[in-house]
Amino acid sequence: MTDPAWTMTATLAIPLAWVAIGSLGLLRARSVLIAGRVLFPLGAAAALLLAFLSLASIGAPVQTAVLPLGLPDLPFHVRLDALARLFLFLIGAASAGITIFAAGYFRSGEGTPPGLLCLQYHVFLASMAMVVMADDAYLFMVAWETMALSSFFLVTTQHRIAEIRAAGFLYLLLAHIGAIGILLCFGLLQGGSWQFTFDAMRAARLTPAWSSAAFFLAVFGFGAKAGIVPMHVWLPEAHPAAPSPVSALMSGVMLKTAVYGLLRVGFDLLQVRCWWWGLAVLGLGLFSALYGVIFAAAQTDMKRLLAYSSIENIGIIFIGLGLALLFQGFGMALPAALALAATLYHCINHAFFKSLLFLATGSVLHATRQRSLGKLGGLIHRMPTVAWLALVGTLAIAGLPPLNGFVSEWLLLQGFLFSFDLPHSFVNMLVPIGAAGLALAVALAAYVMVKFYGIIFLGRMREPRLAAAKDCGRLESLGLMWLAAVCVLLGIFPVTVLALLDNVNQLLLGSGLAPQIDHWWLLAPVARARASYSPLVFLLGIAGVTWLTVLVVHNFYHGRVRLTDPWDCGFPLQNARMQDTAEGFGQPIRQIFEPFFQMRRELPTPFDGAPRYRVEIGDRFWIWLYQPAARLVQATARVVGLLQQGRIAVYLLYSFLTLVALLLLTL
Amino acid sequence: MNHVVNAGAWLAQLVAVTTAIAAAPLLMGWVNQCRAWLQNRSGAGLLQPYRMLRKLLYKDAAIASAASPLFRVTPYILFGAMVCAAAVIPSLGTTLPFTAAADTIALVGLFALARVFIALAAMDIGTAFGSLGARREMLVGFLAEPALLMVFFTVSLIAHSTALPTMAQALAHRGAAIYPSLAFAAVAFLMVLLAENARIPIDNPATHLELTMIHEAMVLEYSARHLALIEWSAALKLFNYCCIGLALFLPWGLGAGDWRSLVPALGFLTAKLAVAGAALALIETFSAKMRIFRAPEFLATAFLLAVLGLLVHLLLGS
Repeated sequence: MTDPAWTMTATLAIPLAWVAIGSLGLLRARSVLIAGRVLFPLGAAAALLLAFLSLASIGAPVQTAVLPLGLPDLPFHVRLDALARLFLFLIGAASAGITIFAAGYFRSGEGTPPGLLCLQYHVFLASMAMVVMADDAYLFMVAWETMALSSFFLVTTQHRIAEIRAAGFLYLLLAHIGAIGILLCFGLLQGGSWQFTFDAMRAARLTPAWSSAAFFLAVFGFGAKAGIVPMHVWLPEAHPAAPSPVSALMSGVMLKTAVYGLLRVGFDLLQVRCWWWGLAVLGLGLFSALYGVIFAAAQTDMKRLLAYSSIENIGIIFIGLGLALLFQGFGMALPAALALAATLYHCINHAFFKSLLFLATGSVLHATRQRSLGKLGGLIHRMPTVAWLALVGTLAIAGLPPLNGFVSEWLLLQGFLFSFDLPHSFVNMLVPIGAAGLALAVALAAYVMVKFYGIIFLGRMREPRLAAAKDCGRLESLGLMWLAAVCVLLGIFPVTVLALLDNVNQLLLGSGLAPQIDHWWLLAPVARARASYSPLVFLLGIAGVTWLTVLVVHNFYHGRVRLTDPWDCGFPLQNARMQDTAEGFGQPIRQIFEPFFQMRRELPTPFDGAPRYRVEIGDRFWIWLYQPAARLVQATARVVGLLQQGRIAVYLLYSFLTLVALLLLTL
Repeated sequence: MNHVVNAGAWLAQLVAVTTAIAAAPLLMGWVNQCRAWLQNRSGAGLLQPYRMLRKLLYKDAAIASAASPLFRVTPYILFGAMVCAAAVIPSLGTTLPFTAAADTIALVGLFALARVFIALAAMDIGTAFGSLGARREMLVGFLAEPALLMVFFTVSLIAHSTALPTMAQALAHRGAAIYPSLAFAAVAFLMVLLAENARIPIDNPATHLELTMIHEAMVLEYSARHLALIEWSAALKLFNYCCIGLALFLPWGLGAGDWRSLVPALGFLTAKLAVAGAALALIETFSAKMRIFRAPEFLATAFLLAVLGLLVHLLLGS
């Protein structure tokens, strides 16, 4: 263990370093070379340092400090505990890969000048770190808002395009609606003491009713940031609009700060918890997971597809969170620790594989200038580095063993197996249905990822100009490799990861999985007779048998290969456009889950000279929720507008009437 | 579970895996032979799959020039995955040291891994058939996978474990107790087995008609040794699924610790598989292939039955 006081200073120095690195970018705002070759790699080094520091000190005792910043009488409090350190590790490790990729990615002539972009980017990183370190509501909100604003500017990097501005505005709007929820939640949490430090909130004694109100305000506020349905609408707009490293950072890292916030409020600040919160969060997560994955399957834009997949993954995280709350509410310590560990594990996993995939789409975008799946294909031949590294991400996100996505899903399903023991005769039957829903969402994710990978990288090139696509540069591939390597390591060594996560379990629940995780190679979180999984043996088994088969087949039989044309079914006029498109691949999902979609289809008649097929997929929540809300706001604005006459006499009359009213009240 | 370093246990493991690899084509041949008899044909004989594999292994592999390395490694990975699956399924005895590495949830993941790889390989050449098959395979897969998981959940409630040999052992020693939930689970499992192994109500292994096929559409571009490995993996998959079904729903006659008990277990397994194969042929003869969009209904029924099994267990406590 490192010396506590020293780590606090070092950890605090890193956000400062980020701001300094960003500010240096302004000196030569137009220089791609300085930002790309000097400043971004420096930022990545700082991120790596942060990850290392947090990982090394995750088991260290809680540290607090008061910063001489902020308003008079309202200084900033910071605190490092296991939860904060875990999320600092996540921020550092994931953004190290993303930043080194960004060093090679940003080029001149794309909207915001590189120096300014460098500032916005590093301020964004610093604000995320400060959100996690904050120990009072004031610093938390300042960091939270800085995060929202800096990411808004990053989303609208190409601000000359109207759709991108609109997407950025939608993001900002939902971020602020969410922020109101969080602010109100903190208002309730202080419990009449009017002290906004988190310590005071821990000491405040709230009634169950007020606790519930505070908790659901937090769910609303952090849910808007995380992209829980129905507050998810900004994700599929903002992610395609943002440059790919920014999408990766937002989806992989920023969404996790919202999960952090909910964990902090739900498990740390609130002292009174009700079991039924868990049920509500579980239901919300389940709905988001299914909704997200079904929409992901129907998308034709690769970044939009990944955005919907993020909604699904956040849903899975919320399922775990709900399960942990439920178990804790009924005093089941071991299952609660299991569910919480699965939740945290999935947070880390998603940070890595989703960043990896978003960055891969960035490389594809740079190489082809094409985001639509229907115009890509066959890129594994032209961009092998990106394609093989993206395959790791694809298999990981599809929840396949022995990669990391499977581990968290395995843990979560093991958690679900305890739900039958819940001492509530209704809940213990309802919750297993959740396991069925989770299984469906995970299986659908595999469908979505086969579509994503198969259509972009496999098959033949759907457009002739794809033949000119070039593989990504050295810095970009370094970033991708780092993320892919962490995905593999997280998948192969789950016991080591769980031992780290157990620190958070101890902090939030007061108990952990510690006695059960003794063998470094065998994951058996409950008992070895009950369930065990060893990805290392598993991987060695598959690899060994595969290698042996290759040896046997090639030694005992000849290895001759003849290259030919693909079989054309007696129809020699086939071309690359006859492959399945993204629309085609999504068709079974559209048909099975038709009620979910707002679909507009134009089918050609048999007599069309130039037949065109068109299908548009819309989100029903726009019609059910957002359009009525927008109409309501507009109607209210019109009524309020009646007051505004634009004549000074009327305004003087208003002042006079107010004065009279106030006088009458005081009398 | 205490046998991890026991040499005898590893020997039993090796015997079980070798048996699975060697006997899988025989099971395939037996099902085909039964089907031929039921349809008043004389059939090609029990050993036809072996002759087929031998022929394929000796041929020159013809590979489309647009194929990527992924296309070539997939058959090997597929075979590797199916052999590993055979290593965790108690076909002969319940002493399987490798099971510590993968429980039933990991087993479902293993099948999913194989499915994703074959679907990706099918999309690799870029013909309309390949991607059509891949899409349909993934469709069947995402519907069947949750149903299979729910079946395992139901049984693991009874056995208090998700490790397959422990589950089989617990069910074998339940005595005369009858579990109504297992009946639901068994029907659901049978439906999943038919769908996952490309058997008749969902897919027809004997056809190359483009409108109906799923599995065959995906492997259309494969030839020679690659095709041989894929066919062998398909046979192993059927073998594995049958053994899972037998372990869960007819767990009697499984050998325990030492390798001597493997001999009677082999006899039991042969008898059970012979009956299961004949039953499979019977089901296939009596039913007709469904349209592809009836498949979701079929599998949703399986899913529902599995969940019902779960609820029945909770309601009756048995």
